[in-house]
Amino acid sequence: MSGGAGGEGRIAALLGSREEAVLDRWTALVAENVRGRLTERELRAELTELYGLLARVHDDADGTVRGELRAALAEMSRSRARQGFSPSETAVGVFAVKQAVLEAVEESGDTEAYREFARFSAFVDDLGLVTFETYAAEREQVIADQAEQLLELSTPVVKLWDGILGVPLVGTLDSARTQIVMESLLQMLVETGSEHAVIDITGVPAVDTEVAQHLLKTVMAARLMGTDCVISGIRPQIAQTIVGLGIEFGDIVTKATLADALAYALDRSGVSVVKAV
Amino acid sequence: MDRVPILKIGSVLLVSIQVDLQDQTVLALQEDLADRIVRTGARGVVIDITAVDIVDSFIGRMFATIASMSKLMDAETVVVGMRPAVAITLVELGLSLGGVRTALDLEKGMRLLGAPVPGVS
Repeated sequence: MSGGAGGEGRIAALLGSREEAVLDRWTALVAENVRGRLTERELRAELTELYGLLARVHDDADGTVRGELRAALAEMSRSRARQGFSPSETAVGVFAVKQAVLEAVEESGDTEAYREFARFSAFVDDLGLVTFETYAAEREQVIADQAEQLLELSTPVVKLWDGILGVPLVGTLDSARTQIVMESLLQMLVETGSEHAVIDITGVPAVDTEVAQHLLKTVMAARLMGTDCVISGIRPQIAQTIVGLGIEFGDIVTKATLADALAYALDRSGVSVVKAV
Repeated sequence: MDRVPILKIGSVLLVSIQVDLQDQTVLALQEDLADRIVRTGARGVVIDITAVDIVDSFIGRMFATIASMSKLMDAETVVVGMRPAVAITLVELGLSLGGVRTALDLEKGMRLLGAPVPGVS
């Protein structure tokens, strides 16, 4: 707030003397906004803590209360962000206190308090920005976490047959994913001693020169370790794009479907599949 | 300076690299190997790099050099036991070792050269 300069005590006194009324009004205003996603009691507990700090900010000489207030707000907006509240719903939780205090000031009819209210309002706006920043940071964190989980989910290496590994790729290939695919494929090659690997790109939406480059690198690395790679799942449009872009897969074997690739790999490893009867 | 031992199994020469490769070691190995191929009339060379976990472009080129050298003396080269990290490094360095055959382990490498593997029918 505006600090402890002379004549500054009115709002603070008001906050102290009319605690119940202001807090009730504040809770009511915020409750309207969160529409039952938080219980009245939870909300009340949260706001009571903030209110307590807000009322003490006035005699805050060394800034500790201000720090606490910011921390409490940050904590609140973090949990709101996690629960999926929108940023405005989060910020309104803070701004609503202005409405509640203003009503209290009006009731008291104190003109001096009105003057002070302008500064109080600026202070609350500042706090609102804190919640906004924390909210944005928290959402970024959620997105980053999800991206990481997606990365782990989307790069499995499966054993198709004794000595044949399958890598079903789903989604766009970028350098980070290629790196992970490459590492997990090579690791599995060592663990299983497989001599054949099938990289299936049915789930890759588009192949451009960069994706092709990544695929080639993976195949080359597997080849260095003594494993033959087959690329499968080349759809008609993808084949057209690849030819259109002039991408050369060199002597890497490519097949239209995973089944063809598996049949080829089985054939190469000397396994013949026949019908029982 | 360490010298890398070259072992003869039938018509195959086995080079198992167990030490940190210095450039000098690599050059000495190339000389020794060329010498041994001529003296023994070996038909294949297996380079086992299971114990190698750091490579640079010089060592990467060594494999290609040895392979083409052996080829001139009618011996085929197989590099076996490359670790994932090494394979990734070589690819990132742009060395795809064209002309060098590779296998996952020594046994598969020997079989690739058509050499008899003891105890396996």
